[in-house]
Amino acid sequence: MPPATLIDSTQLNLIINRLCYQLIENHDDFQNTVILGLQPRGIHLAEAIQKRLQEIIPGLEIRCGRLDITFHRDDFRRREAPLSANSTKVDFIIEDQKVILVDDVLFTGRTIRSGLDAMLSFGRPSVVELLVLVERRFTRELPVEPKYIGKSVDSYDNQQVKVVLGEGTKDKVLLLTSEIE
Amino acid sequence: MSSLSVKHLLGIKHITKDDIELIFQTAENFKDVINRPIKKVPSLRDTTIANLFFENSTRTKLSFELAEKRLSADVINFSAAASSVKKGETLIDTVNNILSMKVDIVVMRHPNPGAPIFLSQNVDTTIVNAGDGTHEHPTQALLDAYSMREKLGDLKDSRVVIVGDIKHSRVALSNIYCLQKLGAEVMVCGPTTLIPKHIEELGVKVSHNIDEALGWCDVAICLRIQLERQGTGEAVKYFPTIREYATHFGLTKEKLDGLNKDIVVMHPGPINRGVEITSDVADSSSSIILDQVENGVAVRMAVIYLLASKLNP
Repeated sequence: MPPATLIDSTQLNLIINRLCYQLIENHDDFQNTVILGLQPRGIHLAEAIQKRLQEIIPGLEIRCGRLDITFHRDDFRRREAPLSANSTKVDFIIEDQKVILVDDVLFTGRTIRSGLDAMLSFGRPSVVELLVLVERRFTRELPVEPKYIGKSVDSYDNQQVKVVLGEGTKDKVLLLTSEIE
Repeated sequence: MSSLSVKHLLGIKHITKDDIELIFQTAENFKDVINRPIKKVPSLRDTTIANLFFENSTRTKLSFELAEKRLSADVINFSAAASSVKKGETLIDTVNNILSMKVDIVVMRHPNPGAPIFLSQNVDTTIVNAGDGTHEHPTQALLDAYSMREKLGDLKDSRVVIVGDIKHSRVALSNIYCLQKLGAEVMVCGPTTLIPKHIEELGVKVSHNIDEALGWCDVAICLRIQLERQGTGEAVKYFPTIREYATHFGLTKEKLDGLNKDIVVMHPGPINRGVEITSDVADSSSSIILDQVENGVAVRMAVIYLLASKLNP
């Protein structure tokens, strides 16, 4: 089955805009707020949000880091092959900061759990909020719910939501369906 | 997504260039981890590792233990001096007894060359060689090459000279294999008595003149003179006196100043200051001896992490 487009680039633009205004509503001048994008695909969204926020509020300084969760996953040795790690780049301490954790797709919630664990290596934040571009409904294996949602979608287990962002081509979100064996 | 081509790390001879690259790539991430406020990750929390040291070691043992603890593994330590080995137990029995306590990985140093290979064929566990006699010391070679890469970038066509007691050195052999796999050229330098016969067969250059060797190289690895293997009393010595060795093969500031280029100076430790290397060189900006120690923990974390990922859950 050919991939279906869940969000095209125009809609994506609008969604990122909306998410930014929601963040501004809750975080005011972002003095004590940091954004952490989860590797590998959450970082593009995190950076897009940082850029858009700075366009909306010129001169705004908001810290944005990249967090890799590979060594904090709960499926080590339970996968066929280990995942290769990505770089972590967090140049600030998150002690007493408000953290906005950013990822592209929320599915089982396990990545976010690992992300919360990895994040604690950098201090104890005062608040942690979760922002995702796509929330796949009714698929959670852990009690994880986002505060900011780009779009909620219903999907089957054999489907995959793929966010194409910052890869040189047109930004979009696709729904891929694999054949059921 | 990738994994090592081997189940054990017995020697550099047994692994591929891709394995080395994967270890380095993983070590880079671990280096990042050990420089954080919280220097620990939970990956190996369900893994137990036994460090079996049948020969003395300080830094390798500490480095392995730290690497294992930073990965959250449970660690047990064993040293031959205080064990039943003294009571006549065989190696296989000793290790099988330890494995019955549900140990997943064995890190072993042993005075006999090939002991880890023998063990890997006779017991059912993952083995990491932490030095076997005069044979190999794979993690040392990996951390050496990793440290060189940090300083020089890609090692292809770079020139590395290993100076000193090549004959008794497991570090030299592992380094030769590792550097050649990464495309570097290797030369060994030392008195004829300390260079094994037919070493050219490994594709290395040989020199008995340190000035010539230093003029050729980008990196010089000094090895410790293993006085404990010199023999005592009437035994035939490999060189007349320490002083003579230091004069001919010791790395001094004068020798480095005589070169019209900067080279990187390394030493696997422990250093005999004033013998194979003088204090002013060991503490100079050319020396990356302490970087080697720091990288040692990251590289060993990578090795253990990658081998552990191949264990059954």
